[in-house]
Amino acid sequence: MSRAARVRLFWAAALLFAAGYVVACLELPPLGGPFHPYGERAVAAALGRRTANTVSSVNFDLRGFDTLGEEFVLFTAALGAVLLLRRTRDEHVSAPRPGRVLPTVRLAGTVLLPVVLVTGVYVVAHGQLTPGGGFQGGVVLATGLHLAYLAADYRVLRRVRPRAVLEVAEAVAAGAFALLGLIGLVRAGSFLENVLPLGTFGALASGGQVPVLNAAVGLEVASALVVVLAGFIDQALEIES
Amino acid sequence: MSALPYLAAGWMLLVGVHGLVTSRNAVHAVGCLTVVQSGTYVLLLAVGYRRGGTAPYFTDIPAGTPVVDPVAQALTLTDVVVGAALTALLLALVLQTAKRHGTTDPDALTGLRG
Amino acid sequence: MTGAVATGAVPNPAEVFAAVAVVLAAAVATVAARTRDPVRQAVVLSALGLVLSVLFLLVQAPDVALSQLAVGAAITPLLILLTVRAIRRRAAQETEAPDSGKNPEGGRGSGGGG
Repeated sequence: MSRAARVRLFWAAALLFAAGYVVACLELPPLGGPFHPYGERAVAAALGRRTANTVSSVNFDLRGFDTLGEEFVLFTAALGAVLLLRRTRDEHVSAPRPGRVLPTVRLAGTVLLPVVLVTGVYVVAHGQLTPGGGFQGGVVLATGLHLAYLAADYRVLRRVRPRAVLEVAEAVAAGAFALLGLIGLVRAGSFLENVLPLGTFGALASGGQVPVLNAAVGLEVASALVVVLAGFIDQALEIES
Repeated sequence: MSALPYLAAGWMLLVGVHGLVTSRNAVHAVGCLTVVQSGTYVLLLAVGYRRGGTAPYFTDIPAGTPVVDPVAQALTLTDVVVGAALTALLLALVLQTAKRHGTTDPDALTGLRG
Repeated sequence: MTGAVATGAVPNPAEVFAAVAVVLAAAVATVAARTRDPVRQAVVLSALGLVLSVLFLLVQAPDVALSQLAVGAAITPLLILLTVRAIRRRAAQETEAPDSGKNPEGGRGSGGGG
């Protein structure tokens, strides 16, 4: 299709969509109304499962099966990106020159790196209580690791980032989620059914399997992100044709 | 202002798709796709919003307090994560295309080449 | 749907801020989709991620705000910048040594523009 025809098609479709969408918006229940039947049931179910963070409860308990799918979307996308970014036979690696780092940046990075990693673990571990969880904490962990690149250089980052180990960790974490689901199937009769003690409401060990699944997702997200970023950074810095 | 967030979400979708349709650079097109996705976040959270409700965490509020809809928030969370995975995969594809064909203009990619 | 037809007697300050943030997000999204140079677009997308995470905080969705801050303001722009850099580096190499690549017409368009 030619470019002009494509733009014309867009405008026709956009006008149609806009008209229908505005009508639909005006027919929606008013914004901020008190009618949230699913939300109310989810809150009641989450409190019954002794999970204070109801969003985590929805993601890892009530809709755990959907999150399994989401995990595998993530896993597959990371796998695809790594395959696309791998070095081909006609490419070679040139070592990047070590860059100069300002002493203040080096100091800030060295101090921040452990702090950010501890924060990441904290965010993963408290997913059943406070905002956070495996997805957010995993991203914090992965980005925190890259402070090594800012504070030192690429060779240091490569040393603190064992790529082969993380690739295995990613697969193991994705598999652990499915395995926990199977344990629920065998022990309690349905996939991802909670088999762990529910614990005390508001304590770190509460919500049954929610913290365990959060930990698996945290490991998976952190390692997938590090591996994918490694592929992109290699392409941007090292690999030449 | 009851329809404002819904309309803003629709606007973000249209603006993003327009950028996508008129894009001459595949990297820019992927950026436009993230704009489209931002519209879906706004729409989902607007549907789940509840006037006077607090965030749905019962760590230090008593049970029975009105909260915003946690199901809509969980869906948005899934949306954000899947969006990031999609961005990474698409950018890897763009990079591979640029290597093989020496261009990032989608219109210059005619026919298949190994 | 133009005016502020608040159903409550007194408009909630958080809701007023949220309305401002929604309008701001739609405006930044428009700029992001219309910025053709991927490097500049990455910066605008980062700003969009920030505005959206503030908006999500205001509508009582801290979980989503946290992910959006990490993904939208940091990861997506970083991936875009890395992709652009890889594409430009390769194009520069191919113009330096045109016979080394296997693409006969290599280096037809670099990643950037702008």
